[in-house]
Amino acid sequence: MSRLLLIAFQGHEAEQLSGFAQKLGLPYDVLSLDSKAALDLGADLVIQVALSDIPPADGLAKGLQPIVAPYSHIAAVSNMATKDVLARLAGLCDGSMVTDAVDLDSPTLFKRPMVAGSVIATVKVLALPVFLTVRPAGFPKPAKQGTSQTSQVSLVLKSKASRIDSTSRGGARPDLSQAKVVVSGGRPLKDAATFEQVIGGLADQLGGAVGATRAAVDSGIAPNELQVGQTGKIVAPDLYIAAGISGSTQHMAGIKDSKTIVAINKDPDAPIFEFADLGLVADLYQAIPELREKLGK
Amino acid sequence: MKILVPVKRVVDPYAKVRPLPDGSGLDLGNVKFEINPFDEIAVEEAVRQKEKDPSVEITVVSIGTAECEDQLRKALAIGADKAILIETTAVFDSPGIAGELAELAKELSPDIILMGKQATDDDCNQAAQMLAAKLDWPQATFASKVVLSGQSASVTRETDSGEETLQLPLPAVITSDLRLNEPRYIALPGIIKARSKPLDRRPAKTSPSPKTRIAFMETPAARSAGRKIANVDELLSALKERGAL
Ligand SMILES: Cc1cc2nc3c(=O)[nH]c(=O)nc-3n(C[C@H](O)[C@H](O)[C@H](O)COP(=O)(O)OP(=O)(O)OC[C@H]3O[C@@H](n4cnc5c(N)ncnc54)[C@H](O)[C@@H]3O)c2cc1C
Ligand SMILES: Nc1ncnc2c1ncn2[C@@H]1O[C@H](COP(=O)(O)O)[C@@H](O)[C@H]1O
Repeated sequence: MSRLLLIAFQGHEAEQLSGFAQKLGLPYDVLSLDSKAALDLGADLVIQVALSDIPPADGLAKGLQPIVAPYSHIAAVSNMATKDVLARLAGLCDGSMVTDAVDLDSPTLFKRPMVAGSVIATVKVLALPVFLTVRPAGFPKPAKQGTSQTSQVSLVLKSKASRIDSTSRGGARPDLSQAKVVVSGGRPLKDAATFEQVIGGLADQLGGAVGATRAAVDSGIAPNELQVGQTGKIVAPDLYIAAGISGSTQHMAGIKDSKTIVAINKDPDAPIFEFADLGLVADLYQAIPELREKLGK
Repeated sequence: MKILVPVKRVVDPYAKVRPLPDGSGLDLGNVKFEINPFDEIAVEEAVRQKEKDPSVEITVVSIGTAECEDQLRKALAIGADKAILIETTAVFDSPGIAGELAELAKELSPDIILMGKQATDDDCNQAAQMLAAKLDWPQATFASKVVLSGQSASVTRETDSGEETLQLPLPAVITSDLRLNEPRYIALPGIIKARSKPLDRRPAKTSPSPKTRIAFMETPAARSAGRKIANVDELLSALKERGAL
């Protein structure tokens, strides 16, 4: 039987995937791992599991295995947590997997980027169940669609791995992968304090999130969870401001669905100007303070 | 302590690649091939562990055509002890790679399989987790730090919101992220010297039945270049015009 299960590691992820569920066109249920989920998006059933935190992948995948067993399609928003667990579940269930689905033609034909976004592949699924991590930007959210039943389940969780420490930075800024405005900085932002003051300052003024290139993260200017690109976060804000960023293929792979891209770079030949909607050839240390001052007026 | 490092031969991650006009595959004329950057980081990490603990023995393995020897030689030059080339022209998808590697793991019984978090050609990020599931071993993906002590590993891994440290009983599967280390530079003579290290060629034990197939490849819709603006005032009015502020 064809049926979809959306797994929301965080409650809002079910809503982010409602557009995907609608386009896929199969009847669907939601499994919410943090006990919050919208009940008006057309899912038949919302299954709630209250977990105080997400256990290591080996235990979680085993715990989820009996719950996903009746489904032909199992999907989650694409991020590090879901890639860790869904690929393991696919291995346990001997299923197929499509990572980073951005579009679909049928329940067995999905589109996904490869080679740092240089190619869009149409992938034919030859074996079910299929596990999918999905980028929500390609699937616009539908209007409310009728209410769901709810049920509670508990998972049997036994991990060989144990978590001995964790640091979650987050803070007051909006979540990078959902923000409407993202301000990102690259290698020329000397050090962490300068990055925070210049890039963080502009982001706060615009109510946005902060992103960074790999070069900035590798040199300790920005924390790892802010990396945007092929191997970092994928963003799709209304406004993306890239300051001191050259525009490598790997970075562009993470931002190309942004509505408006602004580039501030002092090199008129920087590749980013080939993609930016608005390109300002300027020194960011002059342009950003001036922008902030004029925005404040 | 035995560490197994699977390495994949991929198109040069810095090359601009395009699909063939008929969409049947990638246009690979004139592009170089390299060891998948994440696998190179995994090899480097294994070698650093060996430098701390000489009892570490490192085997690298690649599944693919005879040409994968180049990438295995590079891994040997970084410091791996021996290499296995599972020679095949068949198409293995990530579940297929996991299945073949699981067979090899049963034969070699490594304490750790240290691999890349993703291959930069298919960008799948699947094989390691599938392998760990098949072997019923614990996993730590996206590692930025690995500390081995006796029969356990403590792995700091990057997460969506920061980082966390997992304690794993061995055997375990670990995948490398970008920040795990910076691979050493290997000059050509080093690669030539690695020619004398053992390389075992053998056929695949499993015959893959792919669970997915790439039906078509196309170039993504390009973002067209917008316009240059002269100064901050113009930027502000252009943003207001577009409704972006
Ligand atoms: C396997 C792999 C995965 C990768 N994944 C990612 C990824 O996910 N994300 C990512 O970002 N990168 C990734 N990279 C790295 C990528 O290839 C680039 O090296 C990186 O994006 C460059 O970062 P940058 O633009 O900050 O630095 P640079 O390329 O050094 O660019 C800095 C820019 O700043 C400009 N500049 C300097 N001073 C000023 C100033 N005062 N004012 C204005 N402009 C100034 C310069 O003109 C230059 O264009 C990956 C690479 C590999 C091999
Ligand atoms: N053909 C291959 N030979 C050896 N290892 C591979 C091969 N393909 C994938 N791998 C390993 O699996 C990891 C993840 O690959 P993928 O699931 O394709 O993103 C890679 O970083 C390698 O360590």
